[in-house]
Amino acid sequence: MSFLNGIAASSGIAIAKAYRLVEPDLSFDKVTVENAEQEVERFQSALAESKGELEVIRDNAHKELGADKAAIFDAHLLVLSDPELISPIEDKIKTENVNAESALKDTADMFITMFEQMDNEYMKERAADIRDVTKRVLSHLLGVQVVNPSMIAEEVIIIAEDLTPSDTAQLNRQFVKGFTTDIGGRTSHSAIMARSMEIPAVVGTKDSTKQINNGDMVIVDGLKGLVHINPTPEAIAEYKEEHRKFEEQKAEWAKLVNEKSVTADGHHVELAANIGTPKDLKGVVENGGEGVGLYRTEFLYMGRDQLPTEDEQFESYKAVLEGMSGKSVVVRTLDIGGDKELPYLNLPKEMNPFLGFRAIRLCLEEQDMFRTQLRALLRASSYGNLKIMFPMIATLDEFRQGKAILEEEKQKLVSEGIQVADNIEIGIMVEIPSTAVMAEQFAKEVDFFSVGTNDLIQYTMAADRMNERVSYLYQPYNPAILRLVKMVIDAAHKEGKWAGMCGEMAGDETAIPLLLGLGLDEFSMSATSILKARSQISRLNKKDMEALAEKALHMNTAEEVVQAVKDTAKL
Amino acid sequence: MVQKQFKVTAETGIHARPATMLVQAASKFDSEIHLEYKEKKVNLKSIMGVMSLGVGQGADITIFAEGSDEQDALNSLEETLKKEGLAE
Repeated sequence: MSFLNGIAASSGIAIAKAYRLVEPDLSFDKVTVENAEQEVERFQSALAESKGELEVIRDNAHKELGADKAAIFDAHLLVLSDPELISPIEDKIKTENVNAESALKDTADMFITMFEQMDNEYMKERAADIRDVTKRVLSHLLGVQVVNPSMIAEEVIIIAEDLTPSDTAQLNRQFVKGFTTDIGGRTSHSAIMARSMEIPAVVGTKDSTKQINNGDMVIVDGLKGLVHINPTPEAIAEYKEEHRKFEEQKAEWAKLVNEKSVTADGHHVELAANIGTPKDLKGVVENGGEGVGLYRTEFLYMGRDQLPTEDEQFESYKAVLEGMSGKSVVVRTLDIGGDKELPYLNLPKEMNPFLGFRAIRLCLEEQDMFRTQLRALLRASSYGNLKIMFPMIATLDEFRQGKAILEEEKQKLVSEGIQVADNIEIGIMVEIPSTAVMAEQFAKEVDFFSVGTNDLIQYTMAADRMNERVSYLYQPYNPAILRLVKMVIDAAHKEGKWAGMCGEMAGDETAIPLLLGLGLDEFSMSATSILKARSQISRLNKKDMEALAEKALHMNTAEEVVQAVKDTAKL
Repeated sequence: MVQKQFKVTAETGIHARPATMLVQAASKFDSEIHLEYKEKKVNLKSIMGVMSLGVGQGADITIFAEGSDEQDALNSLEETLKKEGLAE
């Protein structure tokens, strides 16, 4: 038995067999073959095997995901029967006496380039289809197994280098009990997904894909951030006990579902949830969320090949507003760019995507897209308590422009006779240090602030949060961060506005005492963290936390702050 | 050889699903079948060929069939186009 250390990304314990979601090695050499006829036959049998496999996947997808998702595999099957692709490959093998692998790769690459160069988004996407089927045939030629996550049919723990949104979309929640990745941190996409799926996960283990084989028994300890490989029966028994205790603890917290979040000395704060889709509402309600503090609308735009229409968006926003029955719902307008790409927008690759053309910067430029989203939001506003939040605001001017566009769309809708709520609060996300520093000026014009700590920390410390080697600089408790947060909260209160936080820090047990002390009004976190946070807050005194926060602001290092929190707040 | 002209009525043109259906229908026949759009002619049994044309709504397309079952092929393709509301 061995184990790996990683970052506890989603709490809980999972025990199951490993399923490696790893791109196989498809490298090969170009060689001359003596018997071309035989090589063509080898190619044809790899084709036949690939088709057989695709038919199974298609039928599976049809059953599990519906005709829409299955259609893509029909297209893949047709590509494998395409005479314009297959004949040139066979001809190449025969005339040039090259191996099937290189004939396939060269021919497919030609088509991929052709499709990629077309100026139609849909066509560009087809290049990905050809790439996909080429990989499948290559894997059969080389005798390596290609991964088919949609075909998983038993309880597994996913082992991957990283998980992208499209990987996770293919995972069957019924069978995926947990996962572990080589890279990533608490705020990477994979970690956020795990928490919203409520499955245990350990990320950033560096070595999972190297050390874990398909079928190995694996324990994912999402509480301590450990992964055990082929554990002893004793260890399994221990972990089953641990799992039981965790469930018991959860049952204890569950009693707080309908309670308010109040400190021991009677100060009320709001505990809200971060969501990505209307489907997440169930978790919000079950975990006693007092509102939605961050609705990430970009998921509406992802995993498709064109922009969502105004009506599609309207339906989603309406569903969330109605589902929260009058409780506050903060919707963040499209935050794309950085680590979240939309292939169909066809944006040029950037050297520094996190410092580049993203979020509000993109929206103010691509105004049609922005206006469509705002109209959908405004139309939905009469179905609940909507608050609109602009992401990545760096200057007052950006906020004013965004607000002016919103106002214009509102006037248009009103003149079209469409009902729009007239009390919609408009706020900003504070992720950029310049905005935190200028919070006093912003507070005069915005209705609220929500501190996005994941980005605020990486921008303040100048440390890429996806880069393992500088992850030590991701320091939520650094007094520099606490001071910025304080500036934002104080500025809001001075103008009679409210300040919230929607980064991971808001649900962190070490940060909560400090944030409470700094006067934060709203804490928005993964729904599954709410009850634990409520239980913690009920045991804390606001007065004591104020003193703690004041001391922390004047400390020298993050370590000192953590120690002080431990001593005062009894973690 | 037989041929017939159609006007594409489908909003999305001949992309994705419609292209898949046409190619599947054409592949059932022995005849050589081609699709012409804007003076570019492609093999209608080739999904990549059909998609590379980028046929949009309102396009005038011509289907050619040549071989032992050419008339059946053309009739069948016409039926597919009309039944799926792709063209008239």
